[in-house]
Amino acid sequence: MTSYTAAAALAALVAILVDLFILRTALLRSGTWWMAYGIIVVFQLITNGWLTGRGIVRYSDNAILGSGRIVFLGNGRIVYAPVEDLAFGFALVLISCASWVWAGTRTRATR
Amino acid sequence: MIPGAGWEHLSYAAMLAFVLVGTLPLVRFYRLSVLRQRLRLLVAIVPVALLFVGWDLVATAAGHWRFDPAQTFAVRLLGLPLEEYAFFVVIPLAGILTYEAVAVARSRRRTP
Repeated sequence: MTSYTAAAALAALVAILVDLFILRTALLRSGTWWMAYGIIVVFQLITNGWLTGRGIVRYSDNAILGSGRIVFLGNGRIVYAPVEDLAFGFALVLISCASWVWAGTRTRATR
Repeated sequence: MIPGAGWEHLSYAAMLAFVLVGTLPLVRFYRLSVLRQRLRLLVAIVPVALLFVGWDLVATAAGHWRFDPAQTFAVRLLGLPLEEYAFFVVIPLAGILTYEAVAVARSRRRTP
């Protein structure tokens, strides 16, 4: 039950730990990250709404807080997508940006 | 067959194209050197992509989610549509471009 819920929450937690303590990029303490994430999350809702609203990706009743019934808002969903996807997207983008910033200090390159 | 139904297979790919069309122009607009830093991009994206593809493979095999064959390309690799692999390159890249564009926009404001 709610296996995706648990996995997504764990991913968000791991991403936070990676940023703050493993790569020590501390994006979470920068205004740049939060402004970028604010933009990204809006586009995530749009693009993910497309994927889930059209049923390109379909979720099992057992994996998420809501059910397989696809609604715009409610039933554990926001813009058709399971709320778990917000944690998934947050984790994916945070780890990517943290890795990018970390790699920037390793590959001798500047922007 | 409904006229134009063949386009349905492009539904997932269209979303990826939308993301690229929305973010790649940031390179020119903010004069980002992100795409020229190939090694840095590889270091940033490949491990993350592998991690998330691994999760995706397990979750798909466990039935957490599935993909509509009518709205994806027919090709499957280890049970995932090709678009899903592209997702884990396109989305991190879009995130990095957005992050860098915001960084440039903020520094411009500080030093006009």
